[in-house]
Amino acid sequence: MNLVSRPHVQNFIDWCKDKPEVLVLTADLSNSCEVGKWRETYPERFFPMGMAEQNMMGMAAGLAREGFTPFIHTFAVFIYRRPYDQLAMSIAYPNLKVRMMAFLPGIVTPGGVTHQAIEDVAIMRATPNMTIFDTGDATEVESVLDIAQAVDGPVYVRLLRGDMPRLFPKDEPMQFNKARVLSTGDDITVLTSSIITEEALRAVNVLKSKGVSVNHLHISTLKPFTDPLVVEAINRAKYGVITMENHSIVGGLGSAVAEVIADNAIHRPLLRLGLKDTYAHGASKNFLMEEYELDAIALVRGVEKLLKRNLSIEKSDLEQARIDDMNASSKVEAL
Amino acid sequence: MAKQELNWLEDAKSVAAKIRLRGFDYVMQNNGGYLSQICSSAEIFAYLYCKGMNLGPSIAPMVPDPFDCVPSQGKPYYSGSDYNGEKLPHLDRFIFSPAHYALVLYVALIEAKRMAPEGLNDFNKDGSTVELISAEHSPGAEITSGSLAQALSVAGGIAIGRRIKQETGNTWVMMSDGEFQEGQTWEAVQTLAHYKLDSIKVIVDVNGQQCDGPIESVMSLRSLQNKLNAFGAHAEEVDGHDMEAFDRLANMDTQGKPLFILAITDPTRGVSLLNTKRPTLHYLRFSSENEKFSFQQAYDKMLKEPQ
Repeated sequence: MNLVSRPHVQNFIDWCKDKPEVLVLTADLSNSCEVGKWRETYPERFFPMGMAEQNMMGMAAGLAREGFTPFIHTFAVFIYRRPYDQLAMSIAYPNLKVRMMAFLPGIVTPGGVTHQAIEDVAIMRATPNMTIFDTGDATEVESVLDIAQAVDGPVYVRLLRGDMPRLFPKDEPMQFNKARVLSTGDDITVLTSSIITEEALRAVNVLKSKGVSVNHLHISTLKPFTDPLVVEAINRAKYGVITMENHSIVGGLGSAVAEVIADNAIHRPLLRLGLKDTYAHGASKNFLMEEYELDAIALVRGVEKLLKRNLSIEKSDLEQARIDDMNASSKVEAL
Repeated sequence: MAKQELNWLEDAKSVAAKIRLRGFDYVMQNNGGYLSQICSSAEIFAYLYCKGMNLGPSIAPMVPDPFDCVPSQGKPYYSGSDYNGEKLPHLDRFIFSPAHYALVLYVALIEAKRMAPEGLNDFNKDGSTVELISAEHSPGAEITSGSLAQALSVAGGIAIGRRIKQETGNTWVMMSDGEFQEGQTWEAVQTLAHYKLDSIKVIVDVNGQQCDGPIESVMSLRSLQNKLNAFGAHAEEVDGHDMEAFDRLANMDTQGKPLFILAITDPTRGVSLLNTKRPTLHYLRFSSENEKFSFQQAYDKMLKEPQ
């Protein structure tokens, strides 16, 4: 599997070349959000706002009202937690074209509870006019810009940073409100998002070798959530549906799928894997994924639960499929 | 004093008196309301619409359209800013922050001949845009500022955007002093100063009142002038009913600093009977028929003897 280092840095610079309407606003986390080089490239379009996120939301709103598209770059928690009233009233209510590039989604950071955005999707899904994207690899980090910029309204993007895999071919960009079908099958439907998709790919390969027919969808648009592929995938799963997300099981992908199941009166069991209504703590991504059952083996156990049988798969079977761990420098980067 | 200057002042004084009279009338008809805000800010709104702001003529219907929809994708949306005229590079913009002053704004629009008096009949009526707390579909409101202290930041964004587009018009903001308790206000002021946004002109109704009572009893602000100047603004306290003083500051070159006109106002100005309601002036509620009758007499007197 191909590892890519900091794809957003140069891609965002290149993408902005012919877009003078794009501005960047930051809150003292420019390098941490991979726009340090952008600042040097386009200094006249770069606006540091200091550690003052409430004001930053309003400034972005004012700029959007004047026809610009501000790209806020900061950690997710400082977008939806601290300045939520400003986000809702100054940006979302007037349906302004502000793009919120939300870094450190879920448990990707050792920064602990203050830095881990674990309920952001729930809050943003409940916010009218909001569109939500959740990136899963380098191709999506690169191609989310086009689909975000095409939305006539505010957009919240859970963006990955640093080293990340390229799971999807570069010439297959992320598409608005369209799932990626990663494998087809009729026993179990698995829906994953963010960093979980990479993890699930490992499990799915092993499950297939054990004769389980898995239908695996990667979800990158969390709102709207009206992709007909999702309904089809739920319908074809004989034994049930599993969602697995880098987020709380309350209000995110699992809840969205539950709503689809209920709205369409589909009779299927649903297993939601994710943070089980709990905060996490500061530790490495791999450690937390194991602790909170967000890793490949947790998905296997979920499949076994729905199939009501033991598949004799051990963790070591999955290690074979594991891609190389991130390099040492990215593991310790908390900020 | 030049004749033209005298003309605006006489005109503005007359508008201020009419704002007070019409606002008082409305509060009496509705058995209570935001009377102290009308008393304190009549000169502020009169000055803004008669002299301070360089606005084009209204492009909105004289009687406001009913509520249609909230902003969302693919739907047309009518902005209350249409009452402040077309948005043009050389013209000023008005960002109205304390949305609970909406009644004063609507009355000011009427007296500035931007809205028909009948428009006020829709105030706080179901299905109307002339809402109790204005949103951006309400006459005169460009943004939704009912959550206090958000407007100054939005105005800052508008001012930076206009500067990038090389527009020459100013961006005016009307605020209330209670909003200076919110942290966001100070975040905004430090940003306006940092970006040297002297196209921002703020006029603050320093009436010393907030919802729970006098600001001094709820959460003291101390000297807004000192605090704002320490943040890099140009702030000056003036008599909040002296429109010539507003004008002197408005025309000053603040050399890159955002201007804050701190209008020290009397929340009972023109209705001295309101002093009997101290310390609770935020919203006038009559405690008895007798009290209502005495306010009605005060109104009748104002009607007969214009200030």
